[in-house]
Amino acid sequence: MHMADALLSPAVGGIMWVASAGTIAYCSSKVRKEMDNSKIPLMGVLGAFIFAAQMINFSIPVTGSSGHLGGGLILTILLGPHAAFLSIASVLVVQALFFADGGLLALGCNIFNLGFFPAFIAFPLIYKKIICNQATPTRISTASIIAAIFGLQLGAFGVVLETVSSGVSSLPFSTFVAMMQPIHLAIGMVEGVVTASVVTFVYKARPEIMQSAMESRQIGNHPIKNVVIAFLVAALITGGFVSWFASKDPDGLEWAITKVTGQEELYGQGHGLHATLTALQKRIAFLPDYSFRKKDEARMEAPVAETVHTIQTAQTEQNTKSHDKKLGTSVAGVVGGLMTLGLTFLIGLILKRVNKTTAAKDAI
Amino acid sequence: MASIHNAVLDLKKLDLLANGNSTIHRLDARAKVLVTLVFTLCVVSYNRYELTALFPFFIFPIVIISLAGLPPLFILKKIALLCPFVLAVGIFNPVFDRTILLQLGPLGISGGWISFASILARSALTVGAAFILVGVTGFTAVCQALERLGMPQVFAVQLLFLYRYIFVLTEESGRASRARELRSCGKKGLEMSSFASMTGHLLLRTWQRAERIHMAMLARGFTGEFHASRTSCFGAPEIRFILIWTALFIFLRFQNVSLLLGSCITRLIQ
Repeated sequence: MHMADALLSPAVGGIMWVASAGTIAYCSSKVRKEMDNSKIPLMGVLGAFIFAAQMINFSIPVTGSSGHLGGGLILTILLGPHAAFLSIASVLVVQALFFADGGLLALGCNIFNLGFFPAFIAFPLIYKKIICNQATPTRISTASIIAAIFGLQLGAFGVVLETVSSGVSSLPFSTFVAMMQPIHLAIGMVEGVVTASVVTFVYKARPEIMQSAMESRQIGNHPIKNVVIAFLVAALITGGFVSWFASKDPDGLEWAITKVTGQEELYGQGHGLHATLTALQKRIAFLPDYSFRKKDEARMEAPVAETVHTIQTAQTEQNTKSHDKKLGTSVAGVVGGLMTLGLTFLIGLILKRVNKTTAAKDAI
Repeated sequence: MASIHNAVLDLKKLDLLANGNSTIHRLDARAKVLVTLVFTLCVVSYNRYELTALFPFFIFPIVIISLAGLPPLFILKKIALLCPFVLAVGIFNPVFDRTILLQLGPLGISGGWISFASILARSALTVGAAFILVGVTGFTAVCQALERLGMPQVFAVQLLFLYRYIFVLTEESGRASRARELRSCGKKGLEMSSFASMTGHLLLRTWQRAERIHMAMLARGFTGEFHASRTSCFGAPEIRFILIWTALFIFLRFQNVSLLLGSCITRLIQ
């Protein structure tokens, strides 16, 4: 479920970073304005609770496997959207830095997928609507399950959109969606049942906690609207900034790749929504390379093994004698790649040796 | 449970590495955060078929590991546990993208395999960079650096709080969880009903703890910010560090060193 740097393009990663950073800034000012300092330690400790709760397993009936709490929705129910968003974001920062979940650039995507959707979409639009100010255990359970499923579905769809529009993975949109949504339906159901059982337990044991969380939510009058507007503005600014680098014409190299790899056939089978999304994906997917456009042009003259081959395959009728040259560049690419790797490790070893001797000298 | 327990142990180990004292450790955290960001951006900005041009970038993690004296095997092991999601998505590239892009004698390598290898290389580089950043800087210092680079203060405080209590709470729940597993007599019978009440109790205890912490903090004059002793400053070594690495990354980004080297060698042989 965690998005990763390796599948992202800088444009998509950057836009999601701006969106998440904007939401964090908005939530921070909101929490600050509420002047409820008691919430600050609560947010931190409840974030740590998510880690702690993940150590407690339960067995999932029928499947024979075991699961644990995910956490986004439960924090939102207990803390309200703004504080919960910050709490989820901080948990994701720790996971990105220590557990190899994603990476630094993907952090923006992950915070958005796992934080924004439960806190600002699933909670106010589903959970609150079902509860309707009359909290009963049944209502809490139903609301938690539906909201958890919905939130996770949106998050999974976010992952699909981000991956496909980055263009690093070759997975076609339809296949990816068909894979991700059902898997996350199952995960969402488990997550929902777990969330519901924990929340109803807390509600029975200490109803006033839930009560205070419900009331403090009323302070922000139009949370979703503001956040969505902030997000749109941020996206527009980034989009404008990125497109400043980009040209309107499609890059020759990019065209060659789509032609050669036959991506168009795979993508082209779609109907209405699918076709629009594909078009959107293509438009966005051009952007990353465009910020480094000069490089691409330079590479046309001295291309790398793989790219030169791509371009040349597309232009075989023009360059008939390119085959030998192509092979030459391929070999050069392979040899050079291996050499560079070797050299890098050698440098590392030498530095380590030097470091050790100086350390030994210092010790003496 | 075991995996998370190990993860927490690893987390402690990684954070302990930051107590080292090397030229890299002594640099201001902001410089290291910025360089890591530039590095990540450069690595992910390549198109999907780029592989050889990524290799020279390994110079950054390797040099930092050697200079800072981090245990290479530990970092390598952490990188090797690559995010499973990347593998799961990446492995579809060879399936959907079968055009032969590279011909090595009789062996044709499809674009899918090249892009899959590229994804693995990217993943190793970016994940490695994040680990190394924490290993040479420490979580607290990274948070403070981010705050000084413009992250909202409330969020910085939140991160520091979270980090302090992860260890306390995971140990507590780890004990409780172990006790429950022992009492379930080897069965997998960890039913939902006992799970809910246990997690709920943990939550209530956490809540009470947070209230106590808040009282204690108020008694000590907490006004919503942490005052950390900030001794590091942004001086000449930091500027040098940023300039050298950024220049190198940009050079590597615009010049495929692997290919240059390879064509020199093959021409020499011919």
